[in-house]
Amino acid sequence: MKLELSRVVQGGYRLGVLREIGRASTSSLEVPGCLLYTRCGTVPHLTQDTLHTLSPLPSVTQLTLSTVAEHQEVLEEYKDGFKKFAGLHDTVLYCSLHDPLTPRPAGHVTNKTVSVWGSGGRIELTVGRFMALQKALRPDLYQSMADGETWQGDATSRKRLRKSVDRTLAHLDECLLIHQQTAELQGAEVLGVVEGGDSLEERLRSARETAKRPVGGFCLDGFQTGSMDGPLRTQLISAVAVELPEDKPRLLQGVGRPDEVVACVEAGVDLFESFFPFQVTERGCALTFDLDLSLDPERAGITPSTPVLELELGEELDETWQPERGRDAELEDGAETMTPFEMDLKDTKYRGDFRPLVEGCGCYCCTNHQRAYLHHLLVTNELLAGVLLMLHNTAQYTAFFRALRAALANDQLELFKTRVLRIKRVV
Amino acid sequence: MAAPIDSASDVVASKTSMPSLKSLSAVSPLTLRIIAECPVTKARACDLKLPHSLVNTPVFMPVGTQGTLKGITSDQLEDLGCKICLGNTYHLGMRPGPALIEKANGLHGFMNWKRNLLTDSGGFQMVSLVELSEVTEEGVKFKSPYDGNEILLTPEKSIEIQTASVRLDDVVSSTVTGPRVEEAMHRSIRWLDRCIGANQNPEKQNLFAIIQGGLSADLRKTCLDEMTKRDVPGFAIGGLSGGEEKDDFWRMVTLSTEHLPRHKPRYLMGVGYAVDLVVCVALGCDMFDCVFPTRTARFGSALVPWGSLQVKQKQYAKDFQPIDPDCKCPTCKRHSRAYLHALFKNDTAAMHHITIHNISYQLTLMLSARQSIIDGRFPDFVKNFMRKMFPSSDQYPSWAVDALASVNITLDQH
Repeated sequence: MKLELSRVVQGGYRLGVLREIGRASTSSLEVPGCLLYTRCGTVPHLTQDTLHTLSPLPSVTQLTLSTVAEHQEVLEEYKDGFKKFAGLHDTVLYCSLHDPLTPRPAGHVTNKTVSVWGSGGRIELTVGRFMALQKALRPDLYQSMADGETWQGDATSRKRLRKSVDRTLAHLDECLLIHQQTAELQGAEVLGVVEGGDSLEERLRSARETAKRPVGGFCLDGFQTGSMDGPLRTQLISAVAVELPEDKPRLLQGVGRPDEVVACVEAGVDLFESFFPFQVTERGCALTFDLDLSLDPERAGITPSTPVLELELGEELDETWQPERGRDAELEDGAETMTPFEMDLKDTKYRGDFRPLVEGCGCYCCTNHQRAYLHHLLVTNELLAGVLLMLHNTAQYTAFFRALRAALANDQLELFKTRVLRIKRVV
Repeated sequence: MAAPIDSASDVVASKTSMPSLKSLSAVSPLTLRIIAECPVTKARACDLKLPHSLVNTPVFMPVGTQGTLKGITSDQLEDLGCKICLGNTYHLGMRPGPALIEKANGLHGFMNWKRNLLTDSGGFQMVSLVELSEVTEEGVKFKSPYDGNEILLTPEKSIEIQTASVRLDDVVSSTVTGPRVEEAMHRSIRWLDRCIGANQNPEKQNLFAIIQGGLSADLRKTCLDEMTKRDVPGFAIGGLSGGEEKDDFWRMVTLSTEHLPRHKPRYLMGVGYAVDLVVCVALGCDMFDCVFPTRTARFGSALVPWGSLQVKQKQYAKDFQPIDPDCKCPTCKRHSRAYLHALFKNDTAAMHHITIHNISYQLTLMLSARQSIIDGRFPDFVKNFMRKMFPSSDQYPSWAVDALASVNITLDQH
């Protein structure tokens, strides 16, 4: 795996291509970019046929250990690895520890174990079992076992943070040792996990120590939406980024909101998970980015094709809305609240709206269906609603990253922020 | 009650690349060409020319009650080779309502389905939601389960909702007997006439008359006599598949096909179990619909030539074969029983995989029956089918044995 950066802004974003990913070393992924979120190898609601109406798709698929740990015995008996088991051809497989959307009750991490929550409840993993799972799954890339519990609860003490960093490093050393001895994992890469909660000192120590190990890249853990304030998050990531080698990718876990993504890209993050389109889908909403930066700037935010303005928040939003606003409320709701980048198709105003979700969107849903139909599917609780929304939201989210990269390449980040994120610059 | 085969609105029709069919449909919205008839049984293979595409019969029609086929996109349904599916007047009349469907260029436009649609009148729902309905001569009074408003569904209105077509019937449950059945039958005949009168688009919308009469041979016969006097494009056999004895069921089916005109399509409503389909093809039915294959799929039940396979059962956790190694559907080509078993714990896509497989199973079963009729080997097809479906001949259901014997098929012992 090779990271070729075409552009690095000191203390800021990185633009480039991650090449030769996976054992076949034939795939590449542009950064900043996102992975393809799955549960048990399936993008929620989508069969392979519907998924492949979307193109291009992220070349790396994310599998979460929490959705497959319970099938360990099956996969061990199967022997050919998870990709073949799940009928996934032509994709790079990345395996992370936790599902970003599955709640993880605190208090189940020990010195030697971490726990994941599958459909049948909690599964406790030692490094031995964790690595046995990796051996059965045979991913191209995987996140090393980590103690990521520090962010839960308010009163995390310095001592607990230090312990989490120490444990995570110990797990990494053990993982790497077994990794090197496992024939099935030859050619796969391990991502080291940076912990340290909200302590700058522990974050730096974690980053420095992890960077000393033979890892293929880094997972930044404990920055999840809902667990940390935006400014603190970007401040810590910026500091951590300085300690990490430039030629290895950095994957941020648990952050998916477009405005937060951009802030973290500016702090030096390369890769994101893509659970956000699924969250939007589950609340019956559709992403509605206006990604064309070539438009007359005067029209910014008032183009009729931007249904964001139709939100109740709408009018106020254009004048005064700031991404930081409402953050507190969201912390309480666990990020389930609608963001300003979506339209709520359950709203009766879409009942007779025969326009596509987003004018000009090329996804299967927008080329074949209308808002009124989606509204009908949602109010009648039909399964097709999830299918069509997931297709649309995935298309929009990947297009968002494409537009972001283009904006970075063309020095239009500020314009992108005003136009796409509707962030008014504070004068 | 009547079932209309909805021929689409013009916009949808013009979108499909079938200008010749469109002009044809102005002349006659439906033509039935009999391709082959089984010399032994009453089975027949036909080409049914409908406004949106040619339908090869015998045919199974998947049901999309709310204007959607349970998580399957219209492209997926097309790719499975489905040429005709069902919508439902009662449900769609309630939500989103007739005015909106009309604005969306009919149900075809609303759900973006370019092939044929058959819309069913509210009849069956009158049975299943009987506590919500009151039947008068004028029509059926429903209480909307969604907002509690009273809605009167008249034969005329049901035709209007269907912009395409279906007709309103008075249906009684097939297990109800006595004067109520007779009353329903007569009312259905009167309502058929009102439907025919209300159909503004006879050149584009095919109104099927629905034969009622419960389980009484006399009433069925009266209904058949009356309805076959009307010049409708096709006939539906209704009022069955409501939990009646199978012995009564097949006798009513065969009585109906006996008296229906040869040159018009026969649609047996609500039938979808594989054995029922094969037997009723032998009895001379052309078209079938049922929610069973798609509903059972959502519970993890996959249809196979030997019955069904419950994917969620533990025994499949380590079974790395496809659901049916001989099946050519997208699910069987890509996924194993073990993967589907695991996926059922995580995501709705597992249901979609089984739904795809089950629709494919039903369509393929009818295609194989058709081919065997054309090849003149339908009786062998039936015997093979039954042999695969039942581990031994003493498990053959006696009604199926009797029904098949009535059309000269004697099943083998094994």
